[in-house]
Amino acid sequence: MVTKLKEVDAVMVGMGWTGSIMARELTKAGLNVVGLERGGDMKPSENFALPGIRDELRFSARLDMIQDASRETLTFRHRPSEHALPMRRMGSFLPGDGVGGAANHWGGQHWRYLPSDHILKTHLTNRYGAKAVPDDMTIADWSMTYDELEPFYDRFDKLCGVSGKAGNLRGQKIEGGNVFEGARASDYPTPPLKRSLSGDMFAKAAGELGYHPFPQPVSNASRPYTNSEGLTLGACQYCGFCERAGCEANAKAGPLVCVVPKLRADPKFELRTRAWVSRLIYDKPGKKVTGVLYTDTRTGEEYEQPAGLVVLSAYVFGNVGLMLYSGIGEPYDPSTGRGTVGKNYCYQLSRMGINFFFEDKDFNPFMGSPGMAMLIDDFNGDNFDHSGLGFLGGVKMSCGSGTGSPIGYHPVPPGTPRWGSEWKRATKKWYQHAANISIGGSNYANRNNFLDLDPTYKDALGRPLLRLTYNFVENDYKLVEYCIGKAEQVARAMKPTILGNPRVRRGDYDIVPYQSTHNTGGTIMGANPKESVVNRYLQSWDADNLFVMGASTFPQQTAYNPTGPVGALAYWAAEAITKQYLKSPGALVKA
Amino acid sequence: MADETIPRRRFLTGAAVAGAGLAAPAAAQTAAQTATPAPSAPEPPAYTTLSANEAAFFTAAADTFIPADELTPRGSDLGIVVFIDRQLGGAWGGGAKYYRGGPFPKGKPEQGPQSHLTPREMFAAGVDAVNAWTQKTYQKDFDRLDAAQRDTVLKALEAGKADLAGADPRTFFESLYQIVMEGFFADPIHGGNKGKASWAMLGFPGLPALYADKIDKWRGKAYVVPPLSIQDFS
Repeated sequence: MVTKLKEVDAVMVGMGWTGSIMARELTKAGLNVVGLERGGDMKPSENFALPGIRDELRFSARLDMIQDASRETLTFRHRPSEHALPMRRMGSFLPGDGVGGAANHWGGQHWRYLPSDHILKTHLTNRYGAKAVPDDMTIADWSMTYDELEPFYDRFDKLCGVSGKAGNLRGQKIEGGNVFEGARASDYPTPPLKRSLSGDMFAKAAGELGYHPFPQPVSNASRPYTNSEGLTLGACQYCGFCERAGCEANAKAGPLVCVVPKLRADPKFELRTRAWVSRLIYDKPGKKVTGVLYTDTRTGEEYEQPAGLVVLSAYVFGNVGLMLYSGIGEPYDPSTGRGTVGKNYCYQLSRMGINFFFEDKDFNPFMGSPGMAMLIDDFNGDNFDHSGLGFLGGVKMSCGSGTGSPIGYHPVPPGTPRWGSEWKRATKKWYQHAANISIGGSNYANRNNFLDLDPTYKDALGRPLLRLTYNFVENDYKLVEYCIGKAEQVARAMKPTILGNPRVRRGDYDIVPYQSTHNTGGTIMGANPKESVVNRYLQSWDADNLFVMGASTFPQQTAYNPTGPVGALAYWAAEAITKQYLKSPGALVKA
Repeated sequence: MADETIPRRRFLTGAAVAGAGLAAPAAAQTAAQTATPAPSAPEPPAYTTLSANEAAFFTAAADTFIPADELTPRGSDLGIVVFIDRQLGGAWGGGAKYYRGGPFPKGKPEQGPQSHLTPREMFAAGVDAVNAWTQKTYQKDFDRLDAAQRDTVLKALEAGKADLAGADPRTFFESLYQIVMEGFFADPIHGGNKGKASWAMLGFPGLPALYADKIDKWRGKAYVVPPLSIQDFS
């Protein structure tokens, strides 16, 4: 028995970054908005409070804030010919749960994509010729240039209080910032974070090699900051517990700090938690969605929420799954290349790098944040000449002080036993003296990497699990081999006492160890409905009143963390809705 | 060799005497038998889910991975078995956040574990299987082996060279290694890492971890303070 509720102007499916931003922009435009969130509510003052938030076991090892795989996970196989099996425990990536979404537990690394990333296919074919992009590399241009998105990147920066140093202010290159970044209209809202000794040693060595070191832009406010909503962020305390946990200092930007307090006070907005959307109600002939169906997970009761406008603002997998469960658009078929939903799933080549040890340096590894790092972008994107290299794409390379929490961090030199007194002595000897250069690589689309529905396994609502078919390909392996060599070159120039073994991803993709929560694609943006799921305003080609947010709209993934453009695109789509769509509902781009 | 079998005897004596309502003498006896006393007065072990055999097994494993030396007391004296008991008896041990929908065909390693079993059940089965294997090879349960033999057995499990009746020894080994290391390094609020011994060993200050006013001051110099834990702020 489904209870049909009173129609509202707009409904958000998921209350992370994009749902919160969109809800805020639409209520400001006068709409009545309901935010449906699968998980529970959270309040930083209560849920992210000292001392309990400093619990590595609870948050990092037992994944307290992460999606519950017992209710909803996905199945995985390497290639279409194989049998997919469930990811029974979250590992390779860690989507969030509850109001605020993954932004409650993110590290805060906050990027704008390179101007060339926005026009990737055009850029590469212009520079290297039409044959440079292999046939099975199904990359595409974004639907807007960097310059078009810049005002929205800027708005999101000012919501988050991003710390950093501009390297390109209105076209003027600034030494010490990232000289490869696109032109910014304004500098970062707060100055860069303090620097670690390891980061400075890396920056010095990289600079001497002719590279261009700069401080990581990160959504950890370096000093108290009042954001574009009039809400105040605290200053980063360099606790080293950012990742997988909340921030007690309110310094790490997230919806709960930066937007949701405004929504809570707004009578035009209603938040419903533990409201798990099972599908959208799709009127295919009418080319619209009429609302959503959801289950109250406290009671098991089902509700239909009619809405004039539906915004898919879940994580990548939630967005793609809901399109498929609702029968919107044509599922992608890799054998024919037809269909678009689930196409161009991409990931990253993450957690690679090289450890090193300095007998005479003390690094205090526990003081820091994942964003307290120095980087070089000299081998990122197409910032270097790929002629003759046999691959496309690149890495960001960084060195800093992220965390010293001991379950996960007790580095020892190669050849140390794994247990016993000798191992204990090595952990004691090297804990203060180790550092790491890490590289994270782009991942360009391949025709055989995609998402669809699993024929066997079901989630807690009885729906098929999403099925991930994914593997690294030749381009990825070559990219990694080339770039790890560059990391090793910088590491050697730092003259460590002991150089560790390079860590690279050589074999098949392994879904068990954590790599990054930077999954992209599946509902990609594009110029026409044959090749994409949404148009340049993130409006569905198949339902005019459906907008799809987030990284599921990226045609491929860069080496950067995706949150910057995720937030920028939410503002971009919100402006299209409020300035164009609401005045004249219908397709904003002619198919 | 005599002290090598202490873990089991210690447990059994403690349990029997505690059952007779004589906890204090049991504690005294345990202390007398303990080669490296724990920093605080030892208490008779009390477990929520572990059987006597399991407690003896985990004691032997924890003490092999984390032996007593100049850096810390041995693993069991740091509460690692209590930690394991709480973990296995709690939500995680019961399979919280673990997808258990079937079927359960064997997959590729990169597809991740495909077991029916909760962590609690997996460890129960693993302890039985390892003991069955050491019975076959040494005619003794794992906890009755001497230190060198236990080390050899753990290395065989790690290398996948033990016969666990079809189960993958490496999977069991990595789970065992991981939970012992978690007990060693986690905040003491979870029952292990008594006295913050591993944090003191590493030089990890623990809480409150507010370094905005320290990071520049201590740049290039080891910031060493007596570590504090969640309990110290509660």
